[in-house]
Amino acid sequence: MSREQKAVERARKAFLTGRSQSLEYRINQLKNLLRFVRERQKEIAEGLKKDLRRSECGTPLYETLGLESEINLAVRNLKEWAAPRPVSKSMMTISDQVYIQPEPLGLVLVIGAWNYPWAVTIGPLIGAIAAGNAAVIKPSEVSSHTSKVMEDFLPLYLDKELYPVVTGGVTETQELLKQRFDHIFYTGNGTVAKIIMEAAAKHLTPTTLELGGKSPCYIDKNCELDVACRRIAWGKYLNCGQTCIAPDYILCDPSMQDRVIQEIKKNIKDFYTEDPKKCLDYGRIINERHFKRLMGLLEGSTIAVGGENDESECYIGPTILKDVKPDAKVMQEEIFGPLLPILTVSSADEAIKFINEREKPLALYIFSSEDKLIKRMIAETSSGGVVANDCLMHFSVSSLPFGGVGNSGMGCYHGKHGFDNLSHLRGCLIKKLKMENVNKMRYPPHTADKIGWARFFMLKHIDFGSLGRMAMLALMVIFVAVIVQRYYTD
Amino acid sequence: MEGQKQVLEKLRGAFRSGVTLPVHFRLTQLEAMMSLLEDNETQILEAMHEDLAKPKFEAVLSEIDMVVNDLCYTISNLQTWMQPTYVGTNLATKLDDCFVRREPLGIVLIIGAWNYPLQLILSPLIGAIAAGNCAILKPSEISRATEKLLAELIPKYLSQECYAVICGGAEETKKLLENRFDHIFYTGSQSVARCILQAAAVHLTPVTLELGGKCPCLIYGRIDMKSAAKRLVWAKFFNAGQSCVAPDYVLCTAETRDMLLPFMKEALESFYGSDPQQSQDMGRIVTDRHWDRLIDLLKKSEGKIVIGGESDKKTRYIAPTVLVDVKESDVLMQEEIFGPILPILTIKSLDEGINFMNEREKPLALYAFSDESQVVTTVLERTSSGGFCSNDGIVHMTLSGLPFGGVGASGMGNYHGRWSFETFSHKRGCMLRGWGLERVNVLRYPPYTESNLSWLRWATTSKKKGWAGCSIM
Repeated sequence: MSREQKAVERARKAFLTGRSQSLEYRINQLKNLLRFVRERQKEIAEGLKKDLRRSECGTPLYETLGLESEINLAVRNLKEWAAPRPVSKSMMTISDQVYIQPEPLGLVLVIGAWNYPWAVTIGPLIGAIAAGNAAVIKPSEVSSHTSKVMEDFLPLYLDKELYPVVTGGVTETQELLKQRFDHIFYTGNGTVAKIIMEAAAKHLTPTTLELGGKSPCYIDKNCELDVACRRIAWGKYLNCGQTCIAPDYILCDPSMQDRVIQEIKKNIKDFYTEDPKKCLDYGRIINERHFKRLMGLLEGSTIAVGGENDESECYIGPTILKDVKPDAKVMQEEIFGPLLPILTVSSADEAIKFINEREKPLALYIFSSEDKLIKRMIAETSSGGVVANDCLMHFSVSSLPFGGVGNSGMGCYHGKHGFDNLSHLRGCLIKKLKMENVNKMRYPPHTADKIGWARFFMLKHIDFGSLGRMAMLALMVIFVAVIVQRYYTD
Repeated sequence: MEGQKQVLEKLRGAFRSGVTLPVHFRLTQLEAMMSLLEDNETQILEAMHEDLAKPKFEAVLSEIDMVVNDLCYTISNLQTWMQPTYVGTNLATKLDDCFVRREPLGIVLIIGAWNYPLQLILSPLIGAIAAGNCAILKPSEISRATEKLLAELIPKYLSQECYAVICGGAEETKKLLENRFDHIFYTGSQSVARCILQAAAVHLTPVTLELGGKCPCLIYGRIDMKSAAKRLVWAKFFNAGQSCVAPDYVLCTAETRDMLLPFMKEALESFYGSDPQQSQDMGRIVTDRHWDRLIDLLKKSEGKIVIGGESDKKTRYIAPTVLVDVKESDVLMQEEIFGPILPILTIKSLDEGINFMNEREKPLALYAFSDESQVVTTVLERTSSGGFCSNDGIVHMTLSGLPFGGVGASGMGNYHGRWSFETFSHKRGCMLRGWGLERVNVLRYPPYTESNLSWLRWATTSKKKGWAGCSIM
């Protein structure tokens, strides 16, 4: 039996013992996870520094603060999330209990990514634990130092059997995908996502796919350009552009292009000094393969700002490209790097058309002071999420579902959405064997008037808000009396 | 006759034009569907009778009325469902508008099944229309008369630009699946479901699968056997057992079984008379092939037939049949029965029954009959299934408030009522910020400092229960 198979079997066995069912147990595990995040900041930060040259503050800011917040939210609200959720009844089920019971799915596979390895690997895990599942955690091998930190330290805090960390590359992942899971949660790219969905198909396993795409950023003529450019610069060059929801490219009027370039250039300097290479707050490209890929994307486009690079350090400076054409190399794939192309459009209409001709992105950014325009752009486009007048921030609001649509993914998480996504919402009808006489009208032999009564009773909806409860009960008694009288002698 | 590709292109053009977005359009289409059902009730009943010998009562209640009910519910609530839902924010995002919009996905493919040929295709369509999508319907070719009727009536009542019916068998469906859809909704078997998921993977298309499984029915403890038997018999032999949520087999102790059988005989007699073949209210098996499969199961079964067993190939009739002394290894226990054959397996304890169910694939529905509420609660808490109903069968799926769907091998996703609307929508998280509070934003920009970090921590961590948590990333 392979190492992956063993881990999966052990996790499933552990799930079947039922210990992850109790809310206390789940909360306990979540609290342990919180302790881990807090106590191991140093190890986490070191791993991130080696993997992505993440700065000291970058660790809590972009990885662990978010996790702490999500864990606390889950712990505080778990009782409510996991409780039965009553729903509306029909006349025939007035005296019954009708509710939705959230239940664990079983064994979840969480496949993380390398760009925010903690946020996108532990983030889904929080939902998995909260929902009462067991989970196999497969961190990205590309962020290898972080992967090691997870492998070494998570088992010291979490239930080793229920939440094993399985590290490895393509081969190990393929071996994992041969096993049967009750849900697969994948963060990464579309190509691998198709492979995962196909593997999942064999076992009829549902999947959540958090992918990417080219997130457009439209800057309207009517906006506070200095603030807009600052926020865009922040969103773009964070983590060296290696963010699934980074503004990928800018669409703006030709008359604005130069000013946009100037403003963003100014902010790059404010954030990262004259020499970003020496600045500790500026990161690196994850590896040589991506470095080469990004350098290749520059081909054919005009560099307005930046372009400096150093292969030995996988360093690419914050770069802006101007007058970029739609067929340029940099517009053919998700950039995932610190290259910011600007394409000019002469109107919002043209921008909307441009956006809609392409695959639905994970995020859409609209910078405008005009409310009407913002609302119109939202209504006439589709994307995973939208932010007006800022970048990335919607990721941090736990009450917003975070996920893609079309090529940018399926399913969502964060907050309660993460809990629901990894639960089975089981519809429950609890009836008693009493009041059997009311049922008589549904039984054969079928007569014409039985149809009439049954139609009335079985299918009408009751909204207790509008009808007084007492009135309903009175009506019910009368109807039951009539039916009993009519059919009792059958 | 338009080819598949032309139909798809037409629908895509219609969707892009935005015609399906306004609530008025969606309501008009839903009301047209209502008229379709009201104007053609007789033909619909005839078609279903031709396909399945479906008794009028069943066809009205479980097909037409189910769809009408869903239509009424959707029409009266659609405006509300379409409203954006505003969500909580924290200190750093207090001045922002955060809300979730429900948006259409695009073109959806709905593949129906033959056992409830009207409901299983129109009910999802309600959700698809309500959510603002265009849709292609692929009714089951096995329920031929209903397929033909749907192909004729849908274009007559609904917008031909936005909704189309494509008929055909396995080959045509395979070809259809090569195209790209924005959601695929399939009702049917597990083996076909795998093919559908694989086809969907090519385009990263999300899928709802309404499958089946062996729905167990556990009868245990103190119980009003007469009522239980009636409800069990009704649920099992409705549509001649051809329901995805029919109780597939019974688990009970030998004593319970001995008490149950006479009441079942009594119930059957009161429903269908002494010769069910003569009763107008007993359905038939859908095709010769399905009839052959069921008869084969009966022949090979090692259980003892205590009720029924009669059959007639010409009319595809199988009598309501009950077998006892059925073992785990029996042929009847290897696949979903989907017919009027009810095996009873004996258990010695509640635990044994629960373990038996848990050793098997998660079913679409799970039933527990008992007057002891503790028994019901224990079964509910220790098992998993798409849906659960105590002391009755099937009826839980008539409640629009409950999500109807499977889990594990019985499916993924759900629908009915508002759940249909949500299934065919994309929940888009939206955040509208202003230009102000830039001073607070300053805290997040490089150069990063410890003090900025502390301020941010304070501003963004939720302080009390109910506040939405927030962070910088």
